[in-house]
Amino acid sequence: MTMAGAIWCVVEDDRKGMPKKVMAEVIGEAARLGGPAEAVWLTDKASDDGFTQLAGWGATKVWLLENAAFAPYRSEVWAAALAELATAQSPKAIFGPVTSRQREALARLAARLGVGISADSVAFTMQGDKLVATRPVYAGKLLSKVTWAKQPWVATLRPNVFRPAESQAGKTAAVERPGVKSASAQMKFVERREEVSTGLPELAEAEIVISGGRGMKGPENYVILENMGKVIGAAVGASRAAVDAGWRPHRFQIGQTGRTISPKLYLGFGVSGAIQHLAGMRTSKVIVAVNKDPEAPIFKIADYGIVADLFEVVPALTEEFKRLLEK
Amino acid sequence: MKILVAIKQVPDTATQVKIASGGKAIDTAGITWIVSPYDEFAVEEALRIKEKRGQGEVVAVCLGPDRAKEALRSCLAMGCDRAIHLNDPGWAEADTLTTARALAAVIKQEQPQLVICGRQAIDDDMGAVTAQLAEVLGWPCAAWIMEESVDADAKSIRAARQVEGGLEVFDLPLPAVISAQKGLNEPRYPTLKGIMGAKKKEIKDLKASDLGLPADPPQLSVVALEALPPRPPGRVIPGDVGTAVKELVRALREEAKAI
Repeated sequence: MTMAGAIWCVVEDDRKGMPKKVMAEVIGEAARLGGPAEAVWLTDKASDDGFTQLAGWGATKVWLLENAAFAPYRSEVWAAALAELATAQSPKAIFGPVTSRQREALARLAARLGVGISADSVAFTMQGDKLVATRPVYAGKLLSKVTWAKQPWVATLRPNVFRPAESQAGKTAAVERPGVKSASAQMKFVERREEVSTGLPELAEAEIVISGGRGMKGPENYVILENMGKVIGAAVGASRAAVDAGWRPHRFQIGQTGRTISPKLYLGFGVSGAIQHLAGMRTSKVIVAVNKDPEAPIFKIADYGIVADLFEVVPALTEEFKRLLEK
Repeated sequence: MKILVAIKQVPDTATQVKIASGGKAIDTAGITWIVSPYDEFAVEEALRIKEKRGQGEVVAVCLGPDRAKEALRSCLAMGCDRAIHLNDPGWAEADTLTTARALAAVIKQEQPQLVICGRQAIDDDMGAVTAQLAEVLGWPCAAWIMEESVDADAKSIRAARQVEGGLEVFDLPLPAVISAQKGLNEPRYPTLKGIMGAKKKEIKDLKASDLGLPADPPQLSVVALEALPPRPPGRVIPGDVGTAVKELVRALREEAKAI
């Protein structure tokens, strides 16, 4: 098996010409594994600022596939274009962040290339000339280490887990514009329906996540968590109990049948810590739990706990955060 | 309209899982097995499409060992018309691509107009089979569907994918593959009549050779299963709310550097 070949980092962008900051994690990890880390950007609209940003994070080259066919995203078009380029260039690995687009497109790509995919990976190591990926399984109760029969090693990376590359000024990357046949899509885009914005960060991308469980007692009380979210720049999610009770829309559910998050700081209020919830937030770096019940299972994995009524703690904590951050 | 639903049998979320000797799989002793929850959304949606159209057939397919028949029986009890069990010891270490190829081979025989999967199985949480199946078949696909509607002459399906910040709606010509996200529907419970009726419905067994599939080794294989590294012990902050909150914020800033 050859060790030549680059590690490709498939770019997730904001659909306005700039790569998302999760790419600093993907490119950082590709470089840590020995690289060279090369960005592959499928877009209808790239930007010079975008190239500079990718280079700053450490991409040594940008493969730009710029074509109106890539927006709006459709997995068949992405997979076909990526497969054609990969067949021509033989990268040793193809990485992308776990997003709605890439979890689908990279799985499809792996099938097209006839190789394995490790989805939602949280660590990588080289063992000899083989890449081994670590991924949570069984509701995050166990870790599975997996390896590939052949290259390219296709993997998606869980956001907020890998250390992001520091952005360095003054770096440049060669931009290659390979000719790739753009596959005709069978599916047609109809419309995009935006959620009513809460003005708070997106759950999967947020560095701080506040979660409200059954202890919130009703939908009307989430406003106190949103107020705290505005102060500390946090997303606000919910447990399954709260979603099933109809207090919050399903898109806010954290857990096995909801979203998987891995923020720097997780604050759970009135969350008991059912296995199904832990599956979605166990890889958070720092976990804070506030619950009236000292026996709540969430205290077993919490770094800091307060056994008290959340309706007393939340306003006091919001004020304390405000004092800290206004300093 | 013929609809095929691909399901998987998985350990119940609440079941304790232990690593078997050999270190590559779980010890299956004492495990409660269920139909993966997202696959129940898929079954429910297929049944609703059939009921709405007033005719059609829903076929449940599962790749798994002997015990997986129970999962298929549950789908038949919910209302699926018949089932196919992909049961071959050669698939014991099947990865997502092997699974997708086996499902694709069945689909080529059955020729359904629509295939519905769950967004992911909750054992290995790979979430790759939907897209890989579509790729092997050369069909369009849309994952994480929150709503769908099949047009009157069953030529296309309009499906809304859950994406970051909203929904993206697509028209897919049939045949196509979609995967169900939670929120698509509320799965029904089997009725007593359904459970009794399920015993009489057909479950066809198929092996790799029946489908003309080679016994290829998987492209992705498990090297080891490991227990989670223990989290550093946490602490409960004592004192009245005012004191505890001040101490928490201090600790988050100075010890954890999390804010």
